[in-house]
Amino acid sequence: MENKLKEIRDEAKQWADGLLSKKPFPKHYTDWGAPIKPLYTPEDFNELEYLEGVGFPGEYPFTRGIHPSMYLGRTWTMRQYSGFGTPEETNKRYKYLLEQGQTGLSIAFDLPTQIGYDSDHPVSEGEVGKVGVAIDSLQDMETLFQDLPLDKLSTSMTINAPAAILLAMYIAVGEKQGVRPSKLRGTIQNDILKEYTARGTYIFPPRPSIKLITDTFAFCSNNVPEWNTVNVGGYHLREAGCSAVQEIAFAFSNAIAYIEAALEAGLGIDSFAPRISWIFNTHNKIFEEVAKYRAARKVWADLLRFRFKAKDPRSWMLRFHTQTSGVSLIAQQPENNIIRVAYQALAAILGGAQSLAVCSFDEALAIPTEKSVRLSLRTQQILEHEAGVTDTVDPLGGSYYIESLTKKMEKEITELIAKIDDMGGAVAAIEKGFVQKEIQARANAIQREIEEKSRILVGLNEFKVEEELDVSLFKSDPEQAKNQIERLHRLRKTRDETKCNTALLAVRKAAERDENLMPHFIEAVKAYATLGEICDVLRDVFGEYHPDRTF
Amino acid sequence: MSAKIRVLAAKPGLDGHDRGIKVVCNALRNAGMEVIYTGLRQTPHQIVSAALQEDVDVIALSILSGAHNTLLPKVADMLREKHAEHVLVIAGGIIPREDITLLKEKGIHEVFGPGTTTREIVAFIQNHFTQEKTGKVDG
Repeated sequence: MENKLKEIRDEAKQWADGLLSKKPFPKHYTDWGAPIKPLYTPEDFNELEYLEGVGFPGEYPFTRGIHPSMYLGRTWTMRQYSGFGTPEETNKRYKYLLEQGQTGLSIAFDLPTQIGYDSDHPVSEGEVGKVGVAIDSLQDMETLFQDLPLDKLSTSMTINAPAAILLAMYIAVGEKQGVRPSKLRGTIQNDILKEYTARGTYIFPPRPSIKLITDTFAFCSNNVPEWNTVNVGGYHLREAGCSAVQEIAFAFSNAIAYIEAALEAGLGIDSFAPRISWIFNTHNKIFEEVAKYRAARKVWADLLRFRFKAKDPRSWMLRFHTQTSGVSLIAQQPENNIIRVAYQALAAILGGAQSLAVCSFDEALAIPTEKSVRLSLRTQQILEHEAGVTDTVDPLGGSYYIESLTKKMEKEITELIAKIDDMGGAVAAIEKGFVQKEIQARANAIQREIEEKSRILVGLNEFKVEEELDVSLFKSDPEQAKNQIERLHRLRKTRDETKCNTALLAVRKAAERDENLMPHFIEAVKAYATLGEICDVLRDVFGEYHPDRTF
Repeated sequence: MSAKIRVLAAKPGLDGHDRGIKVVCNALRNAGMEVIYTGLRQTPHQIVSAALQEDVDVIALSILSGAHNTLLPKVADMLREKHAEHVLVIAGGIIPREDITLLKEKGIHEVFGPGTTTREIVAFIQNHFTQEKTGKVDG
């Protein structure tokens, strides 16, 4: 074996020397700055380490996938991120997407909802129903799921600071439909730490925010066992500028902080860890993205198995949703984005994603139209049915390049997590500004590379054309915000005010006493207290987080 | 001009997309300007107050939430009310073309869309003040 390897090494060197004598290779680097060799050979992948380092799908360390049969058993969930305007209108879009073959829902909320303001709050002016659907009360949530039976759906909600309250509304809608909490399936994002460093929809300071997360862990493990209580995000960190390695390491460090808080609150690791799910960003470089997912699965399995001593193999599994990269979309020659997202979707599936959203090509310009969303869904369906990528499990496994990249990324991710541990964990690293500075430095560097053209982006800094924009864009209806506010005012007039105030007072007392807030949120939303009213009570008790002004 | 150009960079509205504005802040500072960044979620009132207090020459607004037609004209209006029309107001973000015309009518001097280089923004600001000094521009 050793002799054979030596022979391969010698031949590879001869091959490279032969080429080099003619013309030097252009140098290429990974997304995180490591040099890429012109050729990978068996010396880059020791097959004798296969069992420990790679293993079999569905088995520790899950490098090749979390399920034994992966897409042969069940294909990924096609879940386009969608929501705009009023609940009625978004309800129509959901029905359309489900009719077109989409297999799960993913709710985009408008910014006032994400930050816990009602539609009639002064800061909501101009924002109602713009980047997602406006939800002020349980009434809106009932409308959003009109004729959509919750026991037949899985629903992902991109909601963070007020995630527990939106989950309470979902549970209450289920109850009205006659669906028990134990039958509800879906996800709340509920990942507050990345809001401070990348996404920006925080409300409260870190400590009470993490307490709300722990509350959902505890409540759901007893009452909503099929619910993914947190969807930890690397996606937004990557959008803000960080590298593939940083995306995984920062997201894992955030999750470690949630796990430690839950353990401290007395929860057993295996009672909540199997419900931790993920959202990652699939960017342009196909092989690096595939290797990223393979490495991430192994690092997570090791963390849960050895560091947190989880016994249940489901706790070791990295189950993830991925969305193609929004920031990679280019406004110039927007049709080119159709090609970009198709390659990214391919990488996501080669990487073993459980669920996928493909960005629409017009998203660098506006909210996608019905037609452009359908194109994104068709991109997924073509991958599933025509491209042959689902015919065997982890088809790139064993590629010298992929295995070598996977191993390298595993090492770098592990080292960066250790560095954050040394700083005192994710909360401390964020308080020190470490994560923000790392992201910012890379965002600046990428912009510099684009302007210096050492990074070529087609249609942006090369292959440009003078063009008039020839795509029809989505236009939001200005009447919708007015209608939403009128409905909110009608609700405030017709609900039982005493019942509502009693429920809000119970939320306040529970928040002050550090009790689990989930049952109180459920009572409050059922009394039609609005999201803004509940968040105002919490703002009063918990205080507010103030924005970062550094750059 | 001899004194440094002072810029207030601000995020009106509720969106958290600050990659763009921070990259622009960095580029303006590297180009020799003094830059103050407000952070996220600033109301037009907060932005104008900060601009007056800091005595800035430029307000650079970044918005990707779709609330630009509501919020940006308010910044220009409030500046006029405070007799501070001399402040150059520029904006960037995801803003549809037809809205740009409207925003310019309402007092936003220029709107930079996705794909704009930081060099273009730096040059626009520098040219404005060079020309203003030599009296070539209405300000």
